[in-house]
Amino acid sequence: MDATILLTVNGKQRKVTTDPQRPLLDVLREEFQLTGAKFGCGEGRCGACTVLVNGQAVHSCLTPIANVQGKSVVTIEGLATGEKLHPVQEAFLAEEASQCGYCTPGMVLATVGLLARTPQPTDEQIVAALDGHLCRCCGYTNILKAVRRAAQPAGRG
Amino acid sequence: MTTDSTAHTPTDGQAGDEPAAEPGGGMTRRAFVQWLGAGLLVTVAPLPAAAQPRRPRGGGGTGKIAARVHIGKDGTITVMTGKVEAGQGARTELAQAAAEELGVPADRVQLIMADTDRAPDDGVTAGSRSTPSTVPAVRQGAAAARDVLIQLAAARFAIDARGVRLADGKAIDPASGRQADYGELVGENSDVPFAAAVPPGVTVTAVKEWKVMGRPTPRAGRRDLVTGAHRYPSDIQRPGMLYGKALRPPAYGARLKSIDMEAAKAAKDALAVRDGAFVGVAAPTLRAAEQALDAISRTAAWEEAPALPSSAELYDHLRRHARGGVPANPFADELAKADKKLTATYHVAYVQHAPMEPRAAVAEWNDGKLTVWTGTQNPFGARGELMSAFGLGADKVRVIVPDFGGGFGGKHQPDAHIEAARLAKAAGRPVLVRWTRAEEFTWAYYRPAAVIDVQAGLDAQGTLTSWHFVNVNSGGAAVESPYRIAKSRSQYVPSASPMRQGSYRCLAATANNFARESAMDELAVAAGADPLDFRRAHLDNPRLKAVLKTVAEKFNWAARSGKKDPRLGVGLACGTEKGSVVAACAEVAIEGDRLTVRHVCEAFECGAIVNPTNLLSQVAGCILMGLGPALREEMQFEKGRVLNATFWKYGVPRFTDVPELDIHLLNQPDQTPVGAGETPIIAIAPAIANAVFHATGRRIRTMPIRLAAEGKGY
Ligand code: FES
Ligand code: FES
Repeated sequence: MDATILLTVNGKQRKVTTDPQRPLLDVLREEFQLTGAKFGCGEGRCGACTVLVNGQAVHSCLTPIANVQGKSVVTIEGLATGEKLHPVQEAFLAEEASQCGYCTPGMVLATVGLLARTPQPTDEQIVAALDGHLCRCCGYTNILKAVRRAAQPAGRG
Repeated sequence: MTTDSTAHTPTDGQAGDEPAAEPGGGMTRRAFVQWLGAGLLVTVAPLPAAAQPRRPRGGGGTGKIAARVHIGKDGTITVMTGKVEAGQGARTELAQAAAEELGVPADRVQLIMADTDRAPDDGVTAGSRSTPSTVPAVRQGAAAARDVLIQLAAARFAIDARGVRLADGKAIDPASGRQADYGELVGENSDVPFAAAVPPGVTVTAVKEWKVMGRPTPRAGRRDLVTGAHRYPSDIQRPGMLYGKALRPPAYGARLKSIDMEAAKAAKDALAVRDGAFVGVAAPTLRAAEQALDAISRTAAWEEAPALPSSAELYDHLRRHARGGVPANPFADELAKADKKLTATYHVAYVQHAPMEPRAAVAEWNDGKLTVWTGTQNPFGARGELMSAFGLGADKVRVIVPDFGGGFGGKHQPDAHIEAARLAKAAGRPVLVRWTRAEEFTWAYYRPAAVIDVQAGLDAQGTLTSWHFVNVNSGGAAVESPYRIAKSRSQYVPSASPMRQGSYRCLAATANNFARESAMDELAVAAGADPLDFRRAHLDNPRLKAVLKTVAEKFNWAARSGKKDPRLGVGLACGTEKGSVVAACAEVAIEGDRLTVRHVCEAFECGAIVNPTNLLSQVAGCILMGLGPALREEMQFEKGRVLNATFWKYGVPRFTDVPELDIHLLNQPDQTPVGAGETPIIAIAPAIANAVFHATGRRIRTMPIRLAAEGKGY
């Protein structure tokens, strides 16, 4: 039986009537045309589908849409303010942290989630927060640099 | 000013020549020009043989090496290529190539890549061929365009062509100070008179004059990657599009006996299609398609293939099926006389590329014409497969390859393209098929597994006297030894692979280097020599010697290899493939059965460096990707059923695996640039195996390199 779910996506009120068990990832991509969250495994083991739910990074592939009723979802498309990129996006650009870029949205959002909790993470904390994220282009070193850069207060570059 | 115009001779006399073949598979040149808007079109194709009877065919002039440069009225510069971008950096590199010749910054050049209606067929994006083949083709095309611009400017300024200078998208007459930008120059002279074949002798900018190539250049289109704006093949959405799924057998080789297609009705608005061996479903949502597939697959009855091997007996199977048998050592007498001998067999498992984006395709039929968006390294090959699957001519199939989420040799056949097209045809609506991770692990192809036999002998001075090397099943890439050996034979013998196998980053070069460089280490030990000295004593290749020297110095090999510690070992390996050379040192830590790579130092040289930024990413990516098959990755299967088709069970490298990385890029401005996205992977596994031996005295001759007994290594 379909259910009607109300949620906020990138600051906008959205409503969807669908199978309540349908993954948030599918709803974002198919109903809202927000294809920035990627499918990588559907098993919670790659992080490509990561979005923020109430500020927390979650695997949207394993999140039934019913679980985000009344919550606020931020996808990669909602991170920049107009033309102005989020500092984490800027850091990823500055460090050439994307090769094919398919893992990038998940990596960026996981970093935003991490820095919200831990503004000055150690390398161990960064690795712990991102270890669920795969980059098959294996750009791990540049991604790490990007996260470190994003964690530094402006001017301390 | 980025080019010295006096050095170039403008093109002349060929403006009326038509290219050898119509670009873009049947689109006429006029239509092509119209599509781009009026402007200058230079076609980089060898002339038809008849038009150039005496010109020798240099460098594989098959008529396929073609690229096109277009300069629009508004000054936009567009380069067209059949190459694809999957993260390896071709888009940026080809933009640099054109920009260099045209005297503009790289970001002034746009690329249209891998659209079979709009770009020339530049072949498969594989084998590191983009840099040595397509870069020169684009440079020559852009250089020819530059020469035409110079001619146009000379006419406009009424001066000699040698007096024209080009700078930042403008032609300048230095004497009078007059200027005209490229758009103005072509605006008046668009279309026919300016479509010229590239003259064979067109001058490209010398490496020492490079101002755009050779400089760190950020990735083209990178902003769209961090904002989520870029649409990968799996992100393409078309009006009225459905989501499709294909039915898969329970095991390799199983045949469908019967199925109830009506069961698909369990899912809302689902459609089920049976077309020969293909069974699939399509529905308005992916979830409904999954439910429909689930419903019909429950009704399916299968006939399983008899006796499929399991991974446990894979190597015996490959050896038994070696075509013509495993050849005997032709130097058996030599070996019998040797002072010291090595007879060893090495094994390399099947591995999966596991690109982050699984196979995906959107197919759409319009008035009998099929358009498919898909991620493949072989766009024209994919078009051919669609043409034969549906009995269509080249003008009725268009394949578009948006920049996609990783290939690594694993997407030569996109597979999903035909599945999507079948479903779209039946549904009368566009259909997206995106494979699951399990499908990708099970039904995409693997890097071939290998059984490699090595026999080698040393004389009393520790010099190699004979070498016999046989690779069964995995391939001939880098099978030849770079070492000087009086009697040497290296061979590849095909076998009957029980699983689907295909290309992979650097293909068999990894297996062959693993075996050879492990064997060289064993032989160095037998000779009582340092592994570095032993290699050097048998090497002539100066480039390979140079990377070895660099890596040994930077890693401090002499001091570190002298220490003995059962928990810490260092190893060394080198190799050459696809015109580039690599050497690596690795340090490993050992705790019980646990093997950790702590430090990798690698030196790499691929001729003149085109884009140092991307080169560094490619080399680092190769090393880290290579850690997977070196340490853990292995497809496991039992009687045709894959057992580890998930990222939980198949352990690709993660952040926690990243060692200290120390990469040294040697620039060789005198050497033609060659590809860099593959060879850096080949030294990592043998360096690790050799480091394990250094620490423990245990020689592990199988990839993945595991300290624990079989099956306990995860
Ligand atoms: S797609 Fe969700 S974790 Fe991989
Ligand atoms: S950049 Fe390709 S998967 Fe990370």
